[in-house]
Amino acid sequence: MAETTQAAPARARRTRGNGAARPKAAPSADAGTLIGYYRQMLLIRRFEERAARAYTEAKIGGYCHLNLGEEATVVGLMAALRPADYLFTNYREHGYALAKGIGADRVMAELYGRSTGVSKGWGGSMHLFDAEARLLGGYGIVGGQVPLAAGAALAVSYKGGDEVVMCHMGDGTTAIGAFHESLNIAGLWDLPVVFVVINNGLGMGTTVENSAAEPELYRRGAAYRMESARVDGTDVLAVRDAARTAVERARAESRPYLLETLSPRLKGHSVVDPARYRSKEEKEGLKAADPLARMALELEEAGILSHDERDRLDAEVTAEVDAAAAFADASPAPEVSTLFDYTYATPVPGELRRLPADPVFRS
Amino acid sequence: MPDQPSAANVTYRQALRDTLRAEMLRDENVFLMGEEIGLFEGSYKITEGLLKEFGPRRVRDTPIAEEGFVGAAIGAAMLGLRPVVEIMTINFSLLALDQIVNHAAKIYGMFGGQASVPMVIRTPGGGGQQLGATHSQNVELFYSFVPGLKVLAPSTPAEASAMLKAAIRDDDPVLFLENLALYNTKGPLPAPVEEIEPAEIGRAAVTRPGTDITIIGYSRMARVAAEVAETLAAEGVSAEVVDLRSLRPLDRETIVESVRRTGCAVVAEDDWLTYGIGAEIAATIQEGAFDWLDAPVRRVAMAEVPLPYAKSLETAALPSADSLLTAVRATLRATGRPVLETTP
Repeated sequence: MAETTQAAPARARRTRGNGAARPKAAPSADAGTLIGYYRQMLLIRRFEERAARAYTEAKIGGYCHLNLGEEATVVGLMAALRPADYLFTNYREHGYALAKGIGADRVMAELYGRSTGVSKGWGGSMHLFDAEARLLGGYGIVGGQVPLAAGAALAVSYKGGDEVVMCHMGDGTTAIGAFHESLNIAGLWDLPVVFVVINNGLGMGTTVENSAAEPELYRRGAAYRMESARVDGTDVLAVRDAARTAVERARAESRPYLLETLSPRLKGHSVVDPARYRSKEEKEGLKAADPLARMALELEEAGILSHDERDRLDAEVTAEVDAAAAFADASPAPEVSTLFDYTYATPVPGELRRLPADPVFRS
Repeated sequence: MPDQPSAANVTYRQALRDTLRAEMLRDENVFLMGEEIGLFEGSYKITEGLLKEFGPRRVRDTPIAEEGFVGAAIGAAMLGLRPVVEIMTINFSLLALDQIVNHAAKIYGMFGGQASVPMVIRTPGGGGQQLGATHSQNVELFYSFVPGLKVLAPSTPAEASAMLKAAIRDDDPVLFLENLALYNTKGPLPAPVEEIEPAEIGRAAVTRPGTDITIIGYSRMARVAAEVAETLAAEGVSAEVVDLRSLRPLDRETIVESVRRTGCAVVAEDDWLTYGIGAEIAATIQEGAFDWLDAPVRRVAMAEVPLPYAKSLETAALPSADSLLTAVRATLRATGRPVLETTP
């Protein structure tokens, strides 16, 4: 369902503007799979709503960016990965952590800054990491993860492995130098990496049109002779299928791929952003773009998931999210005695382990 | 190019090149990345012959994209490889500052110790080559400031070899600072390169014991300090030389222990004075040896200008043996001790 382009003739190809490619005919998944996707999307929705609440209750500090509106993109992308595949992502990544298989309790505990969190309370919302799930980081600096992902793919290639590295970024990231440098390197070195631009139309409040000279972002693949595609990010199956094409091409041919998803951001840039730069009409329009409401309707119409069954699922994931919040709340804060545990992996003599008022020399 | 026998003097360049080769032979996970390191064999020929011997998989020419290839090295290191990156000069490392400071230095701590970054960035600094303002800087301070990084600055071929080995085998990101003026300097190796023991990171060395004054330097200025100590010895002054070798972590104990014995100190640094490495050393001395000091700590550092091209101006701006001698003599006079020499 994705528009695709080979690099060379990209400019000659026609694009369908907003790329609203919807799946028609029979969906390419059975009922159980579809319900599973819906459940994951619902879990992300309820998790993010719970996180927003916890933020207003001052249980969560710092910045808190939510995947509200991005649920179909999250679940579709993660469904295309094998468990051994690596994921690098940015600071809007709670949903990706959940869909990569990490428990809601450990994710929520990280947002709460507790020692039971995925990053032991050292990372927070923007820096989720789980070596076992192969989520190799949420990253807070725009574009910082892109060279890292290219390097991870280089390591896979160097070792002769068949894993694929997926690297997410927002639309604003396509303006930063690291994006260009990394795609160039990945193209030059035939690295098995899939770059995914999650285009929600806004970098904070700046529109794509105001920050990108080529606002059809997937077309940038042409500059690196990299195959690329754009897909409707509100359609979980379309996203999954487009991502599968990208991931399996990277795996089979060790070639990078650039995938763009058009994924609405239902709320502000972060929890504290009321998004006043959006017009009333725009905000109204977003309701129609809600991927969860859309899928609920589709499943109901197809006789796959009734209203009652949906309510039952909702109660189930809400209980899961509530339990996660309770787990986080009950978890201990990291001990101050562990403050110096993670500066260096190889310990060194002479490392200063002093608190602000301590003297440099104790004798 | 065969390894030199241990007894012979080798250049700093040769020691680096042979050590890289030995480490690549020892560990398949060690590979090299950088601009012009393969076909061109390195801007300063540190990687001479290595592409031929190891092939393009392990000696990887990169595009001119410091942020991109340093970041790629970090990502590869996160998956267990041991990349050794060459950045043509430290000036260009500024293009990779985000990856070095915001990523390499943070990944181990920020993710609660789940991934380390066993990467080395080799890069030369230094002025004196008439390369002008953008190609002559010593910005080691930028990296020495950052917890999570290790910053090494060896001054001799033997140290360069032992410390490069330690850097490659260390699990943390290491900035390995070379110096354009040191590449052709020679010194003995304690053993054939493959048998040299890795240095312990974070230890300074008293490279010349003395009793009258402590001169603290690193990289090129450690060698200048040794030369100055020799000159002073002929005048009857016993100068102790401390070669820092590691800027982060900093071996404060060795510095303070020395100054407590000599009672005065001069820091010799190739960077700018204001907020420079010497400022940290001087602060360390005042906190750790205040009661032992007979004179204020002096710093010999580069003039605070963008380094000019013209030889006359460049020479005047850079620290030298003469400027260090001047500062040492002034410091000795300031102690009020009986003056041992009469040179003005």
